[in-house]
Order: sequence, then structure tokens, then C-alpha cells
Amino acid sequence: MSTESIVLTAVQDASRSWSAIVHGWITTVDHKRIGILYIVLALVFLVIGGMEATILRIQLIVPHNHFVSPQFFNQMFTMHGTTMIFFVAMPILFGFGNYLIPLMIGARDMAFPRVNAWSFWLTAFGGMLLYFSFIGGYGLYGAGAAPDVGWFAYAPLTAPAFSVGHSTDFWTLGLLVSGIGSIGAAVNFVATILCMRCPGMSLGRMPLLVWLNLVMGSMVLFVISPLTAAQIMLAVDRFLGGHFFDTQAGGSAVLWMHFFWIFGHPEVYVLVIPAFAFISEIVPVFSRKPIFGYPIMVAATVGIGFVSFGVWAHHMFTVGMNSYANSFFALTTMVVGVPTGIKIFNWIGTMWGGQLQFKTPLLFCIGFLFQFLIAGLTGIMLACTPFNWQLSGSYFVVAHFHYVIVGAILFALFGAFYYWFPKMSGRMYNETLGKLHFWLFVIGFHLTFDFMHIPGLLGMPRRIYTYEPGRGWELWNLICTIGVFFQGIAVLIFVANLVRSWFVGKLVGNDPWDAWTLEWSTSSPPPEYNFAEIPVVSSRRPLWDLKHPEDPDLDV
Amino acid sequence: MRQARNFHPLQAALPSTTGKRYVALAVLSLLVWPVLTFASESPAIPNIFRPASTPADEIHTISRFTLMITALIFAVVFSLLVYVVFRFRRTAATGDVEPPQVYGSNQIELAWTVIPVLIVLVLFLATARVIHSVQDAPRPTGALEVTAVGHQYWWEFRYPSLGIVTANELHIPVSDPASPSPTFLKLLSADTDHSFWVPLLAGKTDLIPNRANSMWMDPHQTGLYLGQCAQYCGTQHAKMLLRVYVDSPDKFKAWVASQKQPARTDAVAADGRKIFEQTACVNCHAVAGTVADGQFGPDLTHLMSRDTIASGAASNTHENLKLWIRDPDAVKPGSLMPAMNLNERDLNALVVYLESLR
Amino acid sequence: MSSATLAPSTLESKWVLPSRGHVGMLCLIAAESAIFIIFVVAYIFYLGKNVSGPGPKDVLEVPIFATICLLSSSITIHFALSAIRREKLGAFALWWFITFALGFIFLVETGIEWYRLIYHHGLTISTNLFGTTYYSLVGLHASHVTVGLVLLLTVSIFALLGKVRREHEPRLDVLAYYWHFVDAVWVVVFTVVYIVGR
Repeated sequence: MSTESIVLTAVQDASRSWSAIVHGWITTVDHKRIGILYIVLALVFLVIGGMEATILRIQLIVPHNHFVSPQFFNQMFTMHGTTMIFFVAMPILFGFGNYLIPLMIGARDMAFPRVNAWSFWLTAFGGMLLYFSFIGGYGLYGAGAAPDVGWFAYAPLTAPAFSVGHSTDFWTLGLLVSGIGSIGAAVNFVATILCMRCPGMSLGRMPLLVWLNLVMGSMVLFVISPLTAAQIMLAVDRFLGGHFFDTQAGGSAVLWMHFFWIFGHPEVYVLVIPAFAFISEIVPVFSRKPIFGYPIMVAATVGIGFVSFGVWAHHMFTVGMNSYANSFFALTTMVVGVPTGIKIFNWIGTMWGGQLQFKTPLLFCIGFLFQFLIAGLTGIMLACTPFNWQLSGSYFVVAHFHYVIVGAILFALFGAFYYWFPKMSGRMYNETLGKLHFWLFVIGFHLTFDFMHIPGLLGMPRRIYTYEPGRGWELWNLICTIGVFFQGIAVLIFVANLVRSWFVGKLVGNDPWDAWTLEWSTSSPPPEYNFAEIPVVSSRRPLWDLKHPEDPDLDV
Repeated sequence: MRQARNFHPLQAALPSTTGKRYVALAVLSLLVWPVLTFASESPAIPNIFRPASTPADEIHTISRFTLMITALIFAVVFSLLVYVVFRFRRTAATGDVEPPQVYGSNQIELAWTVIPVLIVLVLFLATARVIHSVQDAPRPTGALEVTAVGHQYWWEFRYPSLGIVTANELHIPVSDPASPSPTFLKLLSADTDHSFWVPLLAGKTDLIPNRANSMWMDPHQTGLYLGQCAQYCGTQHAKMLLRVYVDSPDKFKAWVASQKQPARTDAVAADGRKIFEQTACVNCHAVAGTVADGQFGPDLTHLMSRDTIASGAASNTHENLKLWIRDPDAVKPGSLMPAMNLNERDLNALVVYLESLR
Repeated sequence: MSSATLAPSTLESKWVLPSRGHVGMLCLIAAESAIFIIFVVAYIFYLGKNVSGPGPKDVLEVPIFATICLLSSSITIHFALSAIRREKLGAFALWWFITFALGFIFLVETGIEWYRLIYHHGLTISTNLFGTTYYSLVGLHASHVTVGLVLLLTVSIFALLGKVRREHEPRLDVLAYYWHFVDAVWVVVFTVVYIVGR
């Protein structure tokens, strides 16, 4: 009986000493603990990255502001972008995947538990290397300086001639190290999903979250590697006097751009596909219906995975490629919007005819749907090359990608936090605080990122530490900055809610949401071995079958 | 797990009618402002929806087409979403019975695949046409050729056929649609990546070292057009500003004629000229007709013909000139202009000389 | 609510999934291939773009002997695995060590070639674009050979100590995947650098 498990109670934990508890966490190879480590690491960096963003927005609240120096501002936007992509988004998604995948496929752990732990610690070490630059950036003698080359570190700004000191080296090495950790995590995901599913769980019966993480893991293998290669080349240039991107020796600045964006574009799909996974698990449960069109959802995601490798140069429309190349990438970029858009329809189709329960997880999913729609449409605008010639490098692009990363991915993540928090902690969060978090964050998000499109349309470039008055940009920058404070307060409420509920929330059983996938069949939190007996499944929703034996789930 | 009866998401947040009224008012006013801004005709606002040149025009047309299509898609999908959220809420009436478990529908899924594909096809064809029309536009023989070289953090402009070199402020002739006289820019870089962006005149094109790019513009109206560097190039990327003066044919001819002159030699500026030529100024700056032939900084032959200094970071006044030479970091911290450490007497003489370079 | 049991029921067919080790190694090979492809693309892109200094035609000599050694080591590792599958532990240890030796010879030959390039032709990684791309690509491959040799040697030592048995064959097979990958990369690098690029 899988629910009669031996659960470590709080009383038992308290009898272990502090050092034993910490040692347990540091040496763990349990996927659930590693998942939580990834998530906590990401939340810490989220707060740091958020503070960096707040500094940026305060500096831009009025023209010719003197809140920070130009040098510091440039370090802040570089660190903000680098931190958020590599040390918030990637780890948090690996964390949730790590926690959920074995539970959802009826396995006891990931395929390679020690590689799993090693990957986490590499990521954490990479983050520490990056942030060490604040102290060690100019070598140990001068004052430190964080990297200030932008998160995509275009050559030749990163050449030793233009980036003196070691700040760029910390960027290169920190990401190189954490990139290896990411590849390790991806190998684990793919091997686990392909090799450790419980009996009866064919590929066509896996929960969509598992499918989508399989696609994401496979993509990471081909996504991080080009960045790793490019960073090795940059390291050769900076440490060994190489000329990969040395334009004076015949090197090409555009080659760095190609390599970076061959990583950079599929990377954003690596980030958004797990967000799709969360939506695909939460919306059905709170609509009380199965996902609409499971096969097409899988096919569309696999399609996105492939096509996303063919669109990268839409980040380079202004670089002077010929008209045929520009047309090709415009086409592929618009094409990739088709399977992406289809998924929105499928989610709406899932809600159609259902019985929507507006708990916090579903609220965030609805926010996701609205915002992802808009983000996708501004993406179509950017895909139109001539329009891109005006919009690229401006605040319109900044608004677009924050709409995706914050409006879509972060909203989906918040939904995932609330949905699986009871499973991870054994307790329910406070629903009122959850709703308050949602509404405050919605207000703040829209204040900041809706109005951020406007300065872009009025000619305001990105990455500028100040701007000229009289160009019509002042009011919008002011509104964007105000929105930041709503978001900050909302996130504080979120953290407080989770922390408080972890200790004193109402206890829950296995399945507080009346859901259908395997993680809800074991206790909350699950025992270290996950399941007393490896389950055997005969459909996509094994718990639905148990609850509704007269109407079993169909494999269509 | 039971929901409150008739739970309404908005009601949870805004229980009172007065509260809803205030929120509606705030939202409406925030929406009115953008309309007013975009309606403004002022060229001081680099609004991409107020094109003044053919490339910008063509971009404007395709962008409106794209906006129309995306607005339509938004309207349809948003309506569906709102409908679903309100129509299918769980109520007391639906009770604990699960709704019909619908797994999909081949016809619906086919329809909502085919329609987006068609939209993409139409949009792509329209886009490709404009790409070719702008990028592959033929260069008429009467076109003015200007070479723009991007530097950290200023713009060098050379007119090879006219023998002129200037900096930061570009003068080009207005183009009559009946007999066009466009300007073709060749874009180079001396150091890192930059991007030339004057929204009212054209889309932006990057300046990349070891690579020659080109762009063109044919402004239809005289006036001053503002822009700035749009590719992060280092500390003072923010103040690498652009001023494009579109002159009438006569005014442009006059400007060319005066720029072609070598530097003026005013007797009153002799002291300052000596200081200029004997200190490090000549390492970076050039003044035509003198020994000063530096290539790393802007050409100063006709410095006083420009409205601004430091690539738009400050207006070209006596005080600003003094400040720029004495303490560049006060004007543009992180720029590559060094503080010259001159005493007050030398500084004043030097500025007198610079002010003679009309 | 959902406290019912998921009782194990009997399936008609046996539930067989791929082996973790093989899938994991294939994933690693996929990622490494992507890294190598980027270096190969950079190499090809920069052919002929040197501003100064020696080019491929001036200094490169085709390393036929080294290549034969490395590629034959793929055959010998295959013999080693066949031997251990038939429980011929002595033959296994012998073929495995020969594999290591052939790989080691390849590495030594690469070292000799680099000595010649550096000291007789003055070509280093910082000389020009060709130097940078050449040493990076060949060096990246050589580093992967080195890692492979360390692993092969470890197994050789255990084999000599009599600790390697038939049941270890799947893990050795996974290691052989890596070694075959290293050889396949050399086929590509060799063709691009010494045939096409010269």
C-alpha cells in the first residue's frame, strides 16, 4: 500500500544535530532534496537579480539621474540578465523537473543520482564565481568590478583591449562551469525519462510535464554546447592571445553573434517549455478535464524544439545580412509561432466545458495565458524584419522578452509553486495571501512591462544609463519604475506565505487537489523512496482510473 | 475543496463599486496618454510611426499591417479566454460531478493549425517584399555617399566625393520625391559594435569592425532629426547621440562649401593654437590646414559649426567647452577624452582658439 | 480521497527500457558533438582569412601514422569487448591494453607535430587566425583523447589486477561508445584540417 509509508516526522528531525542536518543536505543524492536545493538557490538569486533590476529602474526614473554611475549601471544590467537567465530560470526549472519527474513516472530517483548532485553544486559554484567578480574583477589589487559587457557579451567589447581586468573572465568562467552542470542535469533528465518509467507507462502515457521536460532536456544538450564552445573560444582569446573574435587579426564579431544566438534563441524555448509543462498539469486539474489534444501538444512541442534551432539570426536582423538571409529567418521565426500558438488554443480548449476552480494556481495560469498571448504577438511583430529594424535594440524588445520571462514563465512558476507546495511540504499555503500576491503582481507587472513598449516605439534604445529629456520618454520610464515596487511587495508576500505555511500551514494528505498523476498517490511530502511499491499504470491518468473505474482514462 | 458560491475573481479584489470606478478611471487615463503621445507630430520625439523618409515609410506601412493582424488575433483569442473564464466557472449547481471528459477534436485542431499557417504565409510574403525593397534598393548616380565610422563614443562622418570630414552632426540634403537625391551611408567601426538609429529616417543598421554595412535615407522634409547609438558599445553608449540636419539644396551647398575650407587662422587665437599644437591635442584631433592630424578623436576644423560637443552630451557653449577640456568626466564619465591638466590661462587661450574654428 | 491502492497487475509483455548508461553516454556524445561542430564551423569559416603568418599549406603534414593508430584502436576495443563477452578475460586485457597503447601513440605523435609547428615554424595559438583555430580544434580533440586514455588505463589496471569480470561488460561497452566517438571526431577533424583545409 503505497500510502502506508514511513514518513520522517518533525519530532524525529529535531533529534538530529544541526551539523547532521546540514551535512545531510550537502551530501544528498535524493532527487527531491536536490530539487529543493536548486529552487532555493534560484530564489536567492531571484532576490539579488530583482535588486539589480530595481537599481536600474531607479536610475531611469527621470532623465539625467545620478543614482548610480554609468559604470555601475552597465554592471547592473549585465549581472541582472546573466543572473536571471543562468542562476534563476535554469536552476529553478531543473529543480522542479528533478523533484517531479521521478514521482510522475513512478521511479525511486533519477537515473544518475550522484551526477545529479554534482550538477547542482557545479551550478551553485558557477554562480559564486560570477558574483566573486564584485570583489575580484580587476584582479585582487584593485577594487572589484562585475562584468559590464551585457549578458550576451558581444565581441569585440569582450576583447582584452576593450574589457580590461578580469570581470569578463568571471562571466566566461562562471557560465562555463554552470553550463557543464546544466548539461549534466539534462543528461539525467533524458536518461531518467527514457529508462526509468514504471511498467505500463509508455511514452504515450507520460504526463505532459514529463514529455516536455524530455524535449527540454534533449534541447539543452544542443543548446548549452554552442555557448560552451564560444566561451572556450573567448577564453582562448583572453587568456592565450587567440584571435577568434579579434577583428584586427581577421576575426569576426558577427561569428560570436551567430554562436551566441544559436545558443541564445533555443535557450528561451528551453526556459518556456517547462513553463508550458506546468500549465499543462495545472489547468486540467482545476478545469476538471483532461488536457485537450494530448498528441498534438506533444507534437507541437517537439516541433518547437526542432524549429527553434533555425531562427537564431532574428536577433541579428540589423547586422547587415543580405536580404535572403533576413527573409529566411523572418519565415522560420513566424513559423515557430504556429505550434506555440496552437498550444494556447489547446489550453483554452481544456478549460472549455470544464468547471474552473479559481484557486491561486489557476489564477497564475490564466495570467500566463493572457500574457503569453501578448508576448507571442509582440514576437510576431519582431519577426517582421523591417519592423525589427526599428524595434531591435530598443525598449520594445526589453518589454517583449520580459513579457515572456516574467509574464509567462514566472507566472507559470508561481502557479507551480502553489500547486506543488502542499506535496513538497505536507502543508497548505494561505489562499488569501496567494490571491493577494497574484493581484499585486499583476498590477505591478502590467504597470512596468505594458508601458515599457512605448519608449521603444519612441526611439529609446536599451542599455543606456540615462536618456535625454524632451523625447517623450519620461512619463513611461516613471510608470515602469513604479510598477517595480508592486512586484517587489508581491514577491515578499509570496516568500512570506511559503515560509510561514511550511511551518504552520494546515496539514494535507496525499492528494489535496483531487488530481490524477502519480505524484499525488504518495504521501505529502513523499518518503525518501517515493513509492512503497513501484506502481503499474494503464493510462495517462492512473488516479482518475482509480477514482472512476467506470469511466477509465482513454489513450487518445 | 468547495468554492464559495458564485466566486468572481474581480469581486475578490475590488469589493466596492467606488473602488472599481477609481480603477477604471486610472486605467482609462493611462491608456489616453499613449494615444496623445503617438499623435504628436514633434520631430523631437523620435516616434517610429512618424516616418520622414522612404525606408522609414516602408517600415511604417508593413508595421501597421503586422499590427492589424496581431490585433485581430489578440481580439479573437482574448475574447475566447474571457468567455471561458466567466462561462465555465464552477458553481454550486455543477456540484461534485465531473464535467464530460473531452480529449480533443481532430477537426477543431486542424482548423486552428491551418488558419495560423495561412496567416504566417501572408505576413511572410508581405515582409519579404519590404525587405528586398529597402535592402536591395538601387543606388541612383546622384546619390550622396557618406562614410560613417563608429568610435567609442562618437561618430565620424566622411564625405569622400566632397573631401569633407566632420563628426557627430550629419548634414544631408532633403530629397524631392519627384527627383530623389538620397544619401547612402557606408557604415564602419574603429573599435566595437555600434548602431546608427535615427527612427524617423530609417531602421537601424549596425557598425561592426572589420565589416562594411550600408544603409540609405531620402528625407522628405528639412529639419533636425534625433537619434543615438543603438548597440551597447561600452561605458558611454548612452551619450553617443546623433543629430541629422536635413538641409534644403541651397543650405546644403553652403554648408559643404564652408566645410571644405581649411581652418580659419585668427590672430587673436594664435596663443591657443600654439597650446593646441604643442600639447597632446594633436595626438587625437585633426584641424585641416594645420599640423594637427590625429585620427582618434573628432575632426575639429569646423567645431563651431556644430550645435553640440561630446557627441551631443553637451551644447556647444563657452562654459561647456572649458568644462569638457578641464574635466571630461563631469560631462561624459568614462569617455576616452583625457583631462588635459592645463592651467587656467592656457585653458582660456585654448578655448579662444577652438571658438575660432568656425 | 485518493488513498486507494495502485495494485501491481500483471502485464502481458515484459517491461523493457533502454539501459541508463548507454542513453546517458549517447546524450553526452550529442552535447560534445555540438561543441565540436562549433569549433569545426569556426575553423572552416576562418580558412584563408589570416592577415599574416603561416597558413595550413605552409606547415601542415598529414599525420597518416597517428590516424591509423587511432582508428585501429576502435577495432581493437571491439575485439576486447568480444573477448569479454565470451569470458576470455586474458584476451580482453590484452586487446584493451593495445587500445590504450594505440591511443597513447596518437597523443605522442600529436605532441611531436606540435613541437615541430611551434619550434620550427613559429606557429602558436596566438600567431594568427590559423594558429588559433588549429590548436583549439586539434587540442580540444586531444583533450578528449586524454580523458579517454585515463579511463582506458584505469580499466587496464583493474584488468591486470584480475578485477574485471563478465558482468562489467555493459559498462565497458558504454566506455567504448565514448572511445568510438573520439575516433569519429578525429575522422571529421582530420578531413577538415588536413584534407579540405590545406
